[in-house]
Amino acid sequence: MFVLAEGAAPVVHPAAASGVFSLLWLVIALPMLGAVVLLVGGPLAKGRLDRNGHRIGVALPVLAFVISLAMFIQLLGRSSDNRQLSQHLYTWFEAGGLKVGADLLYDPLSALFLLLITGVGSLIHIYSVGYMASDERRRRFFGYLNLFIAAMVTLVLAANYFGVFLGWEGVGLASYLLIGFWQYKHSAAAAAKKAFILNRVGDIGMAMGVSLFFVTFGTTDFTTISANANKVSEGTMTALGLLLLLAACGKSAQVPLQSWLLDAMEGPTPVSALIHAATMVTAGVYLIVRSNFIFDYAPHARTAVMIVAVVTLLWGAIIGCANDDIKKVLAGSTMSQIGYMMLGAGIGPAGYPFAIFHLLNHGFFKADMFLGAGSVMHGMNDDVNMRHYGVLRRAMPVTFLTFAMGYLAIIGFPGFSGFWSKDRIIEEALTQSWWAGVLAIVGAGITGFYMTRLMFMTFFTDRRWAEGVHPHESPPVMTVPLIVLAALSVLGGVMLIGNWIVNFLEPVTGQIAHENPPLSSLAISAIVVAIVAVGVAAAWYFVGRVEVPREAPADVSWPVTAARAELYGNEINDELVGKPVGALVAGSTYFDRYAVDGFVEGTASAVGGSGLVLRRLQTGFVRSYALSLLAGAILVVAALLAVNLA
Amino acid sequence: MTDYVVLSSILFTIGAVGVLTRRNAIVVFMCVELMLNACNLALVAFANQNGNLDGQIAAFLVMVVAAAEVVVGLAIIMTIFRTRRSASVDDASLLKY
Repeated sequence: MFVLAEGAAPVVHPAAASGVFSLLWLVIALPMLGAVVLLVGGPLAKGRLDRNGHRIGVALPVLAFVISLAMFIQLLGRSSDNRQLSQHLYTWFEAGGLKVGADLLYDPLSALFLLLITGVGSLIHIYSVGYMASDERRRRFFGYLNLFIAAMVTLVLAANYFGVFLGWEGVGLASYLLIGFWQYKHSAAAAAKKAFILNRVGDIGMAMGVSLFFVTFGTTDFTTISANANKVSEGTMTALGLLLLLAACGKSAQVPLQSWLLDAMEGPTPVSALIHAATMVTAGVYLIVRSNFIFDYAPHARTAVMIVAVVTLLWGAIIGCANDDIKKVLAGSTMSQIGYMMLGAGIGPAGYPFAIFHLLNHGFFKADMFLGAGSVMHGMNDDVNMRHYGVLRRAMPVTFLTFAMGYLAIIGFPGFSGFWSKDRIIEEALTQSWWAGVLAIVGAGITGFYMTRLMFMTFFTDRRWAEGVHPHESPPVMTVPLIVLAALSVLGGVMLIGNWIVNFLEPVTGQIAHENPPLSSLAISAIVVAIVAVGVAAAWYFVGRVEVPREAPADVSWPVTAARAELYGNEINDELVGKPVGALVAGSTYFDRYAVDGFVEGTASAVGGSGLVLRRLQTGFVRSYALSLLAGAILVVAALLAVNLA
Repeated sequence: MTDYVVLSSILFTIGAVGVLTRRNAIVVFMCVELMLNACNLALVAFANQNGNLDGQIAAFLVMVVAAAEVVVGLAIIMTIFRTRRSASVDDASLLKY
């Protein structure tokens, strides 16, 4: 176990941005401009933007990427203790003692995220030009994508938790709009709502965390919080850590808030690649690494992160094993890989750099594979069932080769990007606590199984195409981004040369003395590769060497049934939350209908009923009225006499 | 004095019984007038006994109101008779529950 030295958590102390860094705000403003032009200006331009809007939608993120790259190169030129820069735009709002500025923070962590978001984002925008070519609402699609980029960049550039929260909600909105992009499909509309509502649960954690930051520190600025973090009690820090973990669970689809991610695959495939694989779902990891000054002082919260991470990495992997929907397998895999990142983040300062390293690599290879899956679907008339694929390596050679690069990266084939990052996380996990490390190795084996199964069912085995399907390679506008991403998936490991990424992130994540793992790195790598090989061999044994039926067999063992049912995540939610809340609603409705309404309506019907009886007095006969008048008059006179004579 | 009050009471009673028992609207109307004038007689008699004009003024007021009431009432009775060919108050009983 590593023990943090007193006051060792790094303090955020940015210098004012100047030179090329003063363009920082443009990285948010450019995609935002694109979103405004495409979404608001589109209807005004009378169809012109419907035809050409995608050019704007692609150009602005690319421009943002160019700026990010220029800033990154400038940042590399600075000394490592001089790599935190801030830009104050204006005072966002002021209320009582709370003053929140629209401040941006550019440091090594946000620099890497900017490159990932704008870089992979731009590639996916380019790919979308081809993928969405025949969709008549393409302008709106690009508007939403630009909105997403702007929100995500806000999230990673904000210098206080209010700004992070703004971006957090922004990406949630963009995710909702894009999952439900084909909203005429009932399943897509329902999936969008499900994602939004489950994210709301996590957002409660975020909102309460921001409030607790304000209560504890009087501000939400990273600078002040990190400087005062060592003065706060551990209980408060643990509470903050757990609230941030809840937020991360929602956004990053970690158990117990994981069930929305598989349904989110209803969105167009570029959306799955950009939002639900490469960037947005990793926001939880960003949040935890960014809040290292909290977690460094909250060991219990870190343990909770590790538990959530290990459960999720196995959960997602098991789901991936039995699903026949190519996108859902990849979604389960995303969940599982984010589990690895969370595990890295939960380990503490020793794991932060590798969590980010794996996050970047995952951004490359998973975006590559999602876009590859999109390319396959493009050629297969949007069929997502892998049981209807087979031998596509001949029909789509480019897609196959690029997908294979991503595949080798994710299973951790030696030399590919995933090998370097996943192994380092496993190694640090073993150093920290053996159970997490062992389970992470098991997860790596399952990853080998389900990814190999996907490869076999899609690109090898026999031809099981539906009638009238003629698979074909996608146009260059789609394959070029695939090739770039495949190259990045292969070469992602270069970031580890000379421990570069660890040193680069050190101003953010802090410096710790290296501890030797229980086994040598080489031995651990060998074990992991051996376990993965077992998984691959198992996939060949169960899928590769036999004939794959076109229909999913019904008589399967209970683990397969459970995995097909997504480990009953929906049922658990239903039992633990859905039904109790449903019962509460039913009870409230019953109370309202029979107690509240009963009282009100009872009073009304009592008055009405007595009126029904009393109106019989109105006979319409003038003489009977006259008699009652006379009787009344006599009564009055008699009363007066009685009073006066008494 | 007692005679006036007795006479007034007798007239009022005749009027009241007439209103309650007769069906012809004109007769009922006449009985109402009889009751009003019984009241007038009592008012004037009491005014005479008290030695001031309050009762007499009230009697004038009753007369004015009665005159106005006769105009409206007879007009209504005329209209009812024209539409229904009947002046029976029991026939005009539609305004009920």
